[in-house]
Amino acid sequence: MVGIIKYGAGNIYSVACAIKYLGKEFVLIEKPDMIDKVNFLILPGVGSFDSGIENLNKTEISEKIKNKIETGIPFLGICLGLQLLFEKSEEGEKKGFGILKGRVVKFKNRNLKIPHMGWNRVKIYKKSRIFDEIDDNSFFYFAHSYYAETNDEIILGKTKYDVDFPSIILKGNIVGVQFHPEKSGKVGLLFLKNFLEGKWLL
Amino acid sequence: MVTVRIIPCLDVKDGKVVKGIHFEDIRIAGDPVENASFYSKEGADELVFLDISATIEGRKTMVDVVKKVADVVFIPFTVGGGISTLSDIEILLSNGADKISINTSAVKKPDLITEGAKKFGSQCIVVAIDAKKIDEGRWEVYIESGKRPTGIDVLSWAKKVEDLGAGEILLTSIDKDGTQDGYDIELTRIVSESVKIPVIASGGAGKLEHLYEAIVKGKASAVLIASLLHFRILTIPQIKNYLKEKGINVRL
Repeated sequence: MVGIIKYGAGNIYSVACAIKYLGKEFVLIEKPDMIDKVNFLILPGVGSFDSGIENLNKTEISEKIKNKIETGIPFLGICLGLQLLFEKSEEGEKKGFGILKGRVVKFKNRNLKIPHMGWNRVKIYKKSRIFDEIDDNSFFYFAHSYYAETNDEIILGKTKYDVDFPSIILKGNIVGVQFHPEKSGKVGLLFLKNFLEGKWLL
Repeated sequence: MVTVRIIPCLDVKDGKVVKGIHFEDIRIAGDPVENASFYSKEGADELVFLDISATIEGRKTMVDVVKKVADVVFIPFTVGGGISTLSDIEILLSNGADKISINTSAVKKPDLITEGAKKFGSQCIVVAIDAKKIDEGRWEVYIESGKRPTGIDVLSWAKKVEDLGAGEILLTSIDKDGTQDGYDIELTRIVSESVKIPVIASGGAGKLEHLYEAIVKGKASAVLIASLLHFRILTIPQIKNYLKEKGINVRL
């Protein structure tokens, strides 16, 4: 069972649709104790950093997520769901989960359009089975103004905008993507399928 | 680098696509899912659905359309038309739309942009601006499907919606719309150069060169196309191959 954490408001339905399309069962997690039933956890990207963390703290679901990640559950953070894993963001005042070391910063180049919106390539830096059947430099869909600055060891892939920013990170049982796999067509579905098959964990 | 987006626009009325692909098969002609899947498979980077229903009942059916499309189409899509409250926005987003586009209500209630951006994130708030040329280098904002002038200058409105939290501008030239003699390049360029957020050029596409101009001269981040695609005058692969040959970064 795949747990999709429902917090704030926005398009969580698309993530659910993609999971359903892949033939997996899912549950939308609105209360902390619902997390106990699932063996995959997805934190989708919704809204801004502060409102995101506020909503998660409100229901005490954030503690539960942290604990569950510690137990080794395969976890996928999408867009803001990736950013919230870090300690701080330039987007807000509030503290993130702090599970990963680094901070979330804004694109600074004045000549580029922000948000970084549209399809861009992911250059693979480190091999992983999460990329099974996915070509290097494949296109994924992005919609964001901030990205995570973090240590190279956990970066699996990068994307070029004004800088080469980390677009996919992996540490142990945690995967984080700055793009939206649920909106990245066939390649995106393949990526989600790979995540749910869990071979990347081995 | 991020690619230029090719975005087909589908008009929907009472849950049926009324301006879409001209399928020979009447059964599927008006089906939003068929239309969306077709363009997604053909390589569209995003889709826009414009709800032109005149009644509240008609608009309600849009939520079903959104749901059905989201079930099987895994590229981003925007929904516009008749959205006037935060709850309208929430219903569409929570049923699978990635972005919503507001036009008349953005002018009447600019707070909606800010509140929408705060609650759902800037990236899903698109402000549609319908522009009509009134003088050299000056355009006026029109609302209510291009019927009503507002006296507002397009350039200052574009900057304002950016400040208010819009994540993108869908810029339509009323003068060029439906003419097929090219986008309003000057309008597109001036707006695109004065805001940091992406601008989608709309209105007037008639041939491949027009798309190239909107991107290179008009500096548009994306181009919206309707009839050219619906009547199969051009196809998405044709457009993308042409642009690629011209040195433009596209997703193929």
